[in-house]
This record gives sequence, C-alpha cells and structure tokens, in this order.
Amino acid sequence: MANNTTKSGAVMVIGGGIAGIQSALDLAEMGFYVYMVEKGPAIGGRMAQLDKTFPTNDCSICMISPKLNDVGGHINIEILTLTDVLSVKGSEGDFSVKLRKNPRYIDMSKCIACGECANKCPKKVSNYFNEGVDTRKAIYVEYAQAVPLKFSINAEECIYLTKGKCGNCKKVCPADAVNYEDKAEEVTLRVGSVVVASGFDVFDPSVADTYRYSQWPNVITSMEYERILSASGPFQGHLVRPSDHKEPKKIAWLQCVGSRDINRCDKRYCSAVCCMYAIKEAVISKEHASDLEAAVFYMDIRTYGKDFEKYYNRAQDAGVRFVRSRIHTLTPAPNGDIILEYIDDAGERQSEVFELVVLSVGMTPRTNLPELAANLDIDLNEDGFIQTQPLTPINSTRTGVFACGAVNEPKDIPSTVMEASAAAEAAGRVIAEAKGTLTKSRTYPPERDIKDEPPRIGVFICHCGINIASVINIEEVVNYCKDLPFVEHCTNTLFACSADSLNKIKEAITEHKLNRLVVASCTPRTHEPMFREALAQAGLNKYLFEMANIRDQDSWVHQKEPVKATQKAKALVRGAVAKAALLEQMYQTKMGLTKEALVVGAGAAGLNSALSIAQLGYPVHLLEKTDVLGGNGPKIFSREKDVRGYVAKLIKDVENHPLIKIYKNTVPKSSHGFVGNFETKCLGPNGEFTISHGVTVLCAGGHAHKPASYLYGENPNVLLSLDMDELLATNDPIIKKPNQTFAFIQCVESREPDRPYCSKICCTHSIESALTILDRNPEAIIYILCRDVRTYGFREKLYQEARSRGVRFIKYCVDCGKPEVVAGANGKLNITIKDHILNRPILIEADYLTLATGIDPNPMREEIVEVFKGQLSAEGFLFEAHMKLRPVDLATDGQYLAGLAHYPKPLEETIVQAKASAARVATILSKDHIMVGGVIAVVNPEKCAVCCTCVRACPVQVPKIVRNEVDPALRGHAFMEPAMCHGCGVCVSECPGKAIKFQFFTDEQLLAKVEAMVQEKKAKPA
Amino acid sequence: MSDFEPKIIAFCCQYCAYNAADTAGSMRLQYTPNVEIVLIPCSGRFDVILALKALESGADGVYVAGCLEGGCHFLDGNIRARKRVVYLQNELKKIGLEPERLAMVNVSASQGPQFAAYVDEFAGVVKGLGPSPIKKHLAA
Repeated sequence: MANNTTKSGAVMVIGGGIAGIQSALDLAEMGFYVYMVEKGPAIGGRMAQLDKTFPTNDCSICMISPKLNDVGGHINIEILTLTDVLSVKGSEGDFSVKLRKNPRYIDMSKCIACGECANKCPKKVSNYFNEGVDTRKAIYVEYAQAVPLKFSINAEECIYLTKGKCGNCKKVCPADAVNYEDKAEEVTLRVGSVVVASGFDVFDPSVADTYRYSQWPNVITSMEYERILSASGPFQGHLVRPSDHKEPKKIAWLQCVGSRDINRCDKRYCSAVCCMYAIKEAVISKEHASDLEAAVFYMDIRTYGKDFEKYYNRAQDAGVRFVRSRIHTLTPAPNGDIILEYIDDAGERQSEVFELVVLSVGMTPRTNLPELAANLDIDLNEDGFIQTQPLTPINSTRTGVFACGAVNEPKDIPSTVMEASAAAEAAGRVIAEAKGTLTKSRTYPPERDIKDEPPRIGVFICHCGINIASVINIEEVVNYCKDLPFVEHCTNTLFACSADSLNKIKEAITEHKLNRLVVASCTPRTHEPMFREALAQAGLNKYLFEMANIRDQDSWVHQKEPVKATQKAKALVRGAVAKAALLEQMYQTKMGLTKEALVVGAGAAGLNSALSIAQLGYPVHLLEKTDVLGGNGPKIFSREKDVRGYVAKLIKDVENHPLIKIYKNTVPKSSHGFVGNFETKCLGPNGEFTISHGVTVLCAGGHAHKPASYLYGENPNVLLSLDMDELLATNDPIIKKPNQTFAFIQCVESREPDRPYCSKICCTHSIESALTILDRNPEAIIYILCRDVRTYGFREKLYQEARSRGVRFIKYCVDCGKPEVVAGANGKLNITIKDHILNRPILIEADYLTLATGIDPNPMREEIVEVFKGQLSAEGFLFEAHMKLRPVDLATDGQYLAGLAHYPKPLEETIVQAKASAARVATILSKDHIMVGGVIAVVNPEKCAVCCTCVRACPVQVPKIVRNEVDPALRGHAFMEPAMCHGCGVCVSECPGKAIKFQFFTDEQLLAKVEAMVQEKKAKPA
Repeated sequence: MSDFEPKIIAFCCQYCAYNAADTAGSMRLQYTPNVEIVLIPCSGRFDVILALKALESGADGVYVAGCLEGGCHFLDGNIRARKRVVYLQNELKKIGLEPERLAMVNVSASQGPQFAAYVDEFAGVVKGLGPSPIKKHLAA
C-alpha cells in the first residue's frame, strides 16, 4: 500500500522542546520522516533550563539530555535550527511548507565547539538562556548539552556584523568555521501533516508595577530562580541572590503572578504548574541550606497530579511555610531586603522581611504565536493559545495540523509528553498509508572483532555538573582508577551524556584502541542505551560497556559524607572495571512479531486506544469484563461537552471498525511472552482461549469512591457527583424547583491520610454542576464547601464564572473542622461549617447535598498487575515507567497504560493518553522485526547433565531438551530459544552443574565484580 | 568497635530494587554509604556463590533485594532467591558465621524511602555484629 499513495510520509514538527522531541521520536519510530523546525540555535526548550523537576526531584537536564541525543542522532529526524515557518499551503497529506533558515554564521560541519571564539569575543550581552541573570558573548552555545552542539552568532549583537569591525572569532577559530557571509535561505518541504509544539513564554512581571520586578534586583522570576539553582547556571548552583551574591536565609514565593489575575494583567487562566514548581523550589532551596526559611504565599494550592499532594505534604513536613494570602504591597528594606505586607487567614495585617522574593510567573502564549498561527492558517483562542476543543484536544482548526503541549494550554511535563505522543498518533494516522515511504535505515561501521585482544578499558568519570562533583572528589577517583587492571585511559567529563562527551568517548576508543568502556555517572536504567549506541558508532560491540552508578546511588544519597562517598565511588568503579575486563561480544537476532494489540478495558480510554490503533492499521483485541462498553463515560454529564453523545459515537465507531474484535464479559487470566510476542489466556463466556499479541494497553479504569460519611446511603438527598450528573442529564424537575439550596462538599475522604491523593477532576466537576443548576434555575442557592479550589488551566474560567454568578465558596480545613451534616426536622440537611472569613460556624440548610468523593483505582488492580506483571503505586494506580518522560509506558517493554488506571483525570486527558498509547504501540508494531537476545541464558551442552532443573525453574517454560546436533549419538542437552528467553537468570542460579551461562551477568563477571568491590585495589598486571 | 564501618554488598534486581535505590536517589534520601549495590537482572539470578564470594573477600554483610512478592517481573524469581537466602543462612551457621550477615528484602520501584530505611536497618545489624571473622583471617 505504500507505493500507490499520493500522501507524503513526512511530518513537520514545529518546536524542539520536550513536546516536539516526544512527537518527533514517536513519529520517527512509527515509520515517518520528521523535519523538526526550531526557531533557536539548539533544541531542548524549557526543560533544558529547569533545575529539578517535580514530584521526583529528578534533574531536568539529566532526563532530557538522552532524548536530545536520541533526536540528534536519529536517522529519520532532521533538525532545522534557526528556522521560521513562512507558510503552509496545500492540504492534509500533501502540505507544501515554506521555511526560512536564518544564518548561523558558523559552518556546522566545521565547528568543533571548542569555545575559542567565545573566549575572544569582546561583546558581552544579556544571557537569555540564564534569563538575563548573567551575560554571554555574541558568539555562543546556549548550554553545555545543546543539540546540535554548534556555536552561532547573533547578528544584532555581533560587532563585526553590525559595524564591520572586530572579526576576532574568525581569526581564532581553529576550524575555519566562521562565515560572516552566511545568508538566510528559503526552502520548501513537502509533508503530510504538521505538529505545532512551539511552547510558551513566561509572563513578564514588569508590566505589574506592584511587584517592583524591574526596579529591585532581589525580586526575581521563578525561571530566573531555576537558573540560579542550576549547576550550569549563572552562579554554578550556589544559591545566592542577584544584588550582593549573599546567600539568602529567607525567601518568599508569590503565587499567581500573571495567572488568575484580571486586574493587573489579562491572564485569567491558571498556569497549572506554578504551585508545584514553587513547592519544588522551596524544597530544593532548603536542601541547599537547611536553616533557610521558605514561605509560599498562595490563593489555592493546586497539587492535583500524580504524587503531587504527597509532595506538598512532604514540603510542609520539611518546614516550608504556606500562607494563604495574595500579597498586595512590596516595600524596600535596607540592604536589598524586601518587606511583604499581607493579611493572614485570621484577617490580621502582617509585615515580614524577606531577603529574596521569587515571583511564580505563569505561562503565556509565545509573542510570535499570532504570526506563526497566521502562517499556519490556524485559529487562536481568546487567551491567545491555539484553539482546540475538549473532545479533540490536539486538533487545531485546520485539518492535518495538530498541536501539543503548552502551546494549547498551560500544562506540566507529563501532560505535555502525553499530548506529544497523541499528536504523533494523529499526525501519523492521517498519513498512515504513506508509512515507511521516506524513512532511511542506519548502518554502523563494521564491528572490530576484539575476541583475541587483551582488555583495554576506557573509564569516564562524570561530574554531572555539580550533581556528583559537589560530593565526590572526581580528581581523586580519576587518579585512583588510572591504575586499575586493564585501564588504558581514564578521564573526567562535565556531562558524560552531552553530544560533545559522546564524541570524545568515540574518539578515545579509536585513539587508545579501547575494547571495553566504563562510564561512572548516573543510572544505567536511563543512560546505558545511549552509551551503547556510542560504542556501536565507534565500531565496538555495544555490550562491551559497563556503568557505575555514582550519582543516584552515591553522591545523591551521601551528600553529607564526601569522603565516604568518594571511597564508595572508587569501589563502584573498581567493580565495574573488573566486570568490564571479562565482558564479551554478544549479538542480537531478528525476530518476527505479532502485529496485533491487546487492549484491556473498554471505557473511554480503552475505546480510544483501540480505535486509534486500528486506524493506524493494526488489529486490536479489546477485552471488557462487563457486557457493556463505555465504562464511566455514559454516567457523566458535562455542561461544556456532550460526553454521553461522544461516548455513544465512540462505541459505535469501535463496534464498526473491521480491525477491532470485542470480547465482552471477558477477563485476562494469565499472560506471558515479551514485547512483540505476548500470549494472554482469557476467560470469556465460552470458556478459556488465548490471544497472541505484540503489545498490551492496560485501560482498566477506576470508579467513583463511595464514602461512609456525611449521611451518604442514609439520606436520599445526599448524592454523589455522578448521581447529580444523572439528575442534570435527565433534566430532572427537582433542579428547577423554586427556593432550592444545593450544597457540594469537596475532597470527601480525599486528601486525607487514608486516601492522600487529589482526584484532580472534582472541583471542576462540582463547579460545572453548579453552573448547570444556575443555568436552569437562576434563583437556586448554591454552596460549595471546599479546601483548595483546583480548577487548573482554562478550568479557572468556570470558577470565575461561578463566583460572579453567586455560587458561594466556603473554605474548610481538615484540621480546624470538617463540615458536619445532620438531617434537619424540616426534611432539610443541616450543614454546619466554620466560615474562614467570619471565623465562626454557620448553618446551611440544604435541600440536596452532593459529595465530591474522587476516584478509586480499579478493584481488580491486584489481579491485573499479577497477570501483566505491572506495579502499583501506594494508592493503587498503575506505576508508569517514568513519571515525567514515560507517562504512557509501563516498565515492561511493549506494555502501555491510559486513563484512570494511571491516575484520576478528566475525559479530555484520558482521550489524550489513550491516543498517546496508540502512538507508543505503533512504534513497536510498525517494525517488521524486533531484535532479541543479547542478555540471555545459553547452555553449554558438554556440561549439561539433562537433570531438567532449568526446565522446572524457568518462569516462562523456555528450556527444552534437544538432541545433540554435533553428534546425535551423544546424550541430548537443555536448550533455550534465544528469542524466547526473558533474561531473568533464574535457571543459571538453579543449575546444579553450572552448565548455563547468563550473558552479560556471567558467574565470572559477577564474581570478579563482587571481589573487586569488596577488596582494595589489585595491582595492575605488569 | 563504634567506629567500625561495615562493608556490605547489596544485590538488587533491575525492575524493582535497583529502581527503588534510584528513586531514593532522586528523592535525595540519605542512607549509609556502607552499602554498595550490584545490579542483577532479577533477584532470581542471585546465587549462593555470589554471597559466598562477597563474604570470602571480606564483606561484613550481604543483602539481596527483589520485587514485592507477587510482583516479580519473572513470576517467582524473588521467591527462589529467598529460598537460597534461607538455605545459605543455615549453611553460614554451620561454618560459624552469623546468619544475620545475610538478609533479603522486597521493595517496589516506587519505594525509595523504604529502600533507604531497610538498608540503614541492615547496616545497623551488621555493625552490631562487628567485623566479619573472615576479614580477620584475611588480614592475618
């Protein structure tokens, strides 16, 4: 089918931040050629600027750096930097894109990024990558891990290009890479679809003069603060304030600057991320200096995402102070300090001195977004973001043009990554028949056979900025390791994962004729594939590599014990070197795969996932444990969107799709296999049967929590949110009755020790219900009793509308007394609550009380994770492979998740995650084969006594007894099919004759490693 | 005795325990530097000879960490590992070594805090036992 399509098999992705990166990588792995258009000189976007990320405190650059290199090194992604989109003509499947490539004034093929040019450049300018906190030169790279790592000249800043004088950089460049004659160039590309992922700007608080941002140096934005905290930032990670470089002892964060504010600026939406990043910055600051006082001034704390509430609780435990107050006045104090005056919760006027004030600035549309939107011929919404619809959250107003990330609405990184994969699904689906028409394949240099060479080990010790180097004495470790057995080359590196360092590793392999490599840096879980790729590119078998985890398992966990941490680092490297000396070349084999998917659960997530996978061209088996499709969808009523109609149509589309087979009343009983080749035994109405599939998507859902409080189940007028939905959906007359009082209680049995998480949807849901009641019965009296109102993103507009229309919000806190509900004599519900403004109890006589109880995980979750070998979080939701960057993947390759099984979320986010799962599925099913083997068990026939211990021990029944092929007269032996072995090593440890070798974890390798770690250094053999 | 710093080797499975150790790292949970981790694909790969080699080389304690029971990526690798640990504990007794120098624990990938606490607890036990008698022989 690939040959007779008129559609282009290429996609243009606009923007090189995390959204564009994820979209591009998914699309490239799905079989499409990607042009990544980036306005700046390097990709990386905002994530490259961030210090740490919530809620795991992972180092942002550490997470994104491997992705940057994946994009930079991907054969089917072409990065176009310093490039603007001028126009997009044509239609879906056949767009003609005109681009302008702006001059870099540096020949990228020649630049070696040595930095001589910047050393000699006399022109200092404000460093926008560091948010203007320090300066850089007019010739520059944005940051150390930049991809592509090539210098560029800003023409407006360069003395030579503006005045015709200077020319220093050209004189000193050893590679003759500077070209002042470089000109802008227009190019035209043909693509089938477009993904807009151009990100956001941070709000500029200088327009709001209250904050004195432009006058006082110690009032800074949160983005500036990120750079100050960053090891690669203006102060090398030393927490000092700008005015006098003094370490601040008292810092205030002011929330909602440029968000939820229609007085000082025109930003009425909530920026969705600022509460969490402010908490994170406060926590990290206290890590920098434990006696530091951190106070966050807020309106509502919006910690609504997965593990966010726990993070907030931990911050409070760590001593971060939270004050509910919007600061109205900042006054100067001596020495650059700042006085904050505010009204506290008790209504008292307070005045407090801070040494640094951080403005938690919101996200705003990029200043160039109107121009880009005009060139793309797409609409923006009233807040200036790209116009999308709740049920088609990644579709722009133009067919074939999709948008993801903060360009649509403020959002955090995991939500952005999900949207990016969903956009990849959409952009790929519309050109599905052109898959593979424009992709290229990679060739490696021939592998050097090192079998007969004595080990020559190269060791690279990473500083990871200051992540490792601030605790571990790198120089000492390097000097120590130089003398370890077989080490030929040992050196340190600032960031081992940067493109520049990877090149140095490759050069060292050639220069020193290395045949084994050890990198001591972070965890092999995230970085091993990247280093293995570097080995392959340098002509070495990729398995001749070993990592020592001296960051996650050393410097990060022994921050106060530098001497011991350094000793430990030596031991870890010693072990890695000892194992490396015994590493052998290993080879993977190609294996076919079942190009079909299994989707478990047929709610909104499962239906969307199944439909998208089928539309991408792959057969789907859809399991549903009940006899109806739709899950919670048909029970939901929304004022903003026709959920029931949407789900009904979705069910119809799924039922009518020829590639989807639906199994109702069916549950999975057991599953085995591996990516590409799973077999799942299911139990249906007609008994047991087996489905073969290449990938699995778990969409097992969740359901509304049933409470045991507030008279639920005792009084018929106490409802759950979905009961109220039913009244609204059926237009029940009680809604319109005169003189009615409706009350809602939020966070019912939520955000409390037994269910510590926030269910994310309930605030918005209750407000929507309240507004619908008012639409139908304008005289109705409505109370919403709540803790923090968490209408994040554009949902804030509903909150504003509710307030302006007279919905009464009364805040309660768990510690000072939850509402009390008793049945009144008059048939009403008497609700007593302490009003936080009056500071005294008030009585509400309500006709109906709706309880917002949040979402519980699927009651069958234990069985599901047992069948599919997943993991559950403490709250009972599925544990994804990585919270930030792999929110749709499970830990097992080829398994994905979507919807409430992952975490409570609104329908639009479930749709996004489900579509994202389809893109992730397609990255596997698009291939004709998968590579298997490598880290597997291999039997030595001569040693095998045919005792069958391995046959009994193997968890997946792989070992078989086969004839001896060399001499059939001899006895047979056990044999493991390389493609089927999962690589657990159980048989190896059970085999009494030690006849099984576990490649990459052989007895010899592990014993040598253990011995080297325990014992002090052995002398180098002469 | 009080400034005795034990040397402990921990065998951690890649799907849960090693991941939990990384989680402890990303949470910056501080625990004893006396424990050094060896990555193994599954706790089922833990082999008696690995622990013996560690002890024979002078380690004061050996720790095995696998997935939660029922959560093993390879079904029952952690159950098999525990059997070997129990077996070896008995054997250690026979040769006059305290069986408490060997222990096993189950953690999930998200349980960074638990991992850090378990490791500290085990290190405390080993510290209480004092240096491995084998080490004295090695030194002699």
